[in-house]
Amino acid sequence: MAWTWFHKLGSPPYVFRLAETLTPWFWWISAVLIGYGLIGGLVISPADYQQGEGYRILYVHAPTAWMSLQVYVVMAVASAVGLIWRIKVAHAAAASCGSMGATFTACALATGSLWGGPMWGTYWEWDPRIIFELVLLFQFLGYVGLRAAIDDKQRADRICAVLAIVGVVNIPIIHYSVEWWNSLHQTASVMKLGSKPTMPMSMLMPLMSMFLGYVALFGALLLTRLRAELLSRERSASWIREAVHA
Amino acid sequence: MSASAPLVPGYPQTPALTAARLVLSRDMTLAFRRAGELVQPLIFFAIVATLFPLAITPEKSGLRVVAPGVVWVAALLASLLALEFLYRDDAHDGALEQFALSGQSLTWLLFAKSIAHWILTGLPLAIMGPLTAWSFGANMSALPGVFISVLLGSIALSLFGSIGAALTLGVRRSGVLLSILTLPLTVPVLIFGARATQQAIQGIDYTAGAQLLGALAILGITLAPLAAAAAVRISLE
Repeated sequence: MAWTWFHKLGSPPYVFRLAETLTPWFWWISAVLIGYGLIGGLVISPADYQQGEGYRILYVHAPTAWMSLQVYVVMAVASAVGLIWRIKVAHAAAASCGSMGATFTACALATGSLWGGPMWGTYWEWDPRIIFELVLLFQFLGYVGLRAAIDDKQRADRICAVLAIVGVVNIPIIHYSVEWWNSLHQTASVMKLGSKPTMPMSMLMPLMSMFLGYVALFGALLLTRLRAELLSRERSASWIREAVHA
Repeated sequence: MSASAPLVPGYPQTPALTAARLVLSRDMTLAFRRAGELVQPLIFFAIVATLFPLAITPEKSGLRVVAPGVVWVAALLASLLALEFLYRDDAHDGALEQFALSGQSLTWLLFAKSIAHWILTGLPLAIMGPLTAWSFGANMSALPGVFISVLLGSIALSLFGSIGAALTLGVRRSGVLLSILTLPLTVPVLIFGARATQQAIQGIDYTAGAQLLGALAILGITLAPLAAAAAVRISLE
């Protein structure tokens, strides 16, 4: 049947070995893509006519900001799969996403702040996208905190799954409410990335490469963490001994 | 439905709405037995509101500007304070477990509990809100707008908050965690609520903000009890 792959993904030993095989691939792909993106972005592409050299932080900032949202969606989907089909591996994947997502979000905020310093003249602006990222960070931290507060692993998995699903419903609502809040709020005009007319290919290509490189990086980190998570969760299972001694 | 319902053990004989109404009246009765605790969120609200003139400025012109923010932040905190007790006592004495085992729809029963919570804490806040806005220098004509926005917003606060309360049921020292989980959920309520209140105080048309608050309240009514019921079931396992 075509669905056997799906059933196999529910088995911890199979996923553990699959992750072991795939992890180096993800590391290599991300290294190549991020390497090209960094050389293309920092060395080859020209300086921006408005922002000079400072805009180059974009090559790190935009992918991290994008990933922060992607990680939440991945976490929520994994949580839903775990909750509906009671798949332990999916819960383990969601658990691995929590602190990683918080890190991506914190990096997006930090790089955005460093970019805003010279460009907007302030390291912190109550801009809707910054507030959105901040609320997202709080959601990630709440998820990690709730998981840490419940001793029973299985109950923690399922409670946190409900939280992740509620949170993913909340994300678009927060996004639009801060957008509308800003349109109602007469703030000082700030320079927006979106107002740039077009991006030349020499900038766009490295940026795309960075985006894909970060996806691969996330994949590599997720698989590594997933293996650690499976090792700790299944430590009493017999397949662990075979897998570790093999 | 009641005539043809099979007499299976565990099959509920009472329609879901009747059961929900019974839970509502039970919660109200229990709350009024301890009337002293009922006014505590209101006292908390009043104290928070009193801190702002002391901390910022006693001048009405300045206070009028911050009034919507004060009303909403105080309402949010007061609602949060009361949330901790939404399920706690019922979880301790086993009533919540009986709700889950009764065969009745847990969603409806928890919805009834949220409504009781709103009547006991949200509705009084909707009366305190305009009073606070008035003391901060808002015109009398603005007070109906403040009342409506806090009224609608507090429904959403009670229901979104019930999810947080359900998620933290089995957690030791859950107070701070409850705030961390609930506050991100209530950010949209705060934004639209404070905006509608501000427009009411400025004498501008506030219907758009009030409608958005109504939309959030409906979203809370339709989805929050489902999520809360799922979380309570997992916590009781």
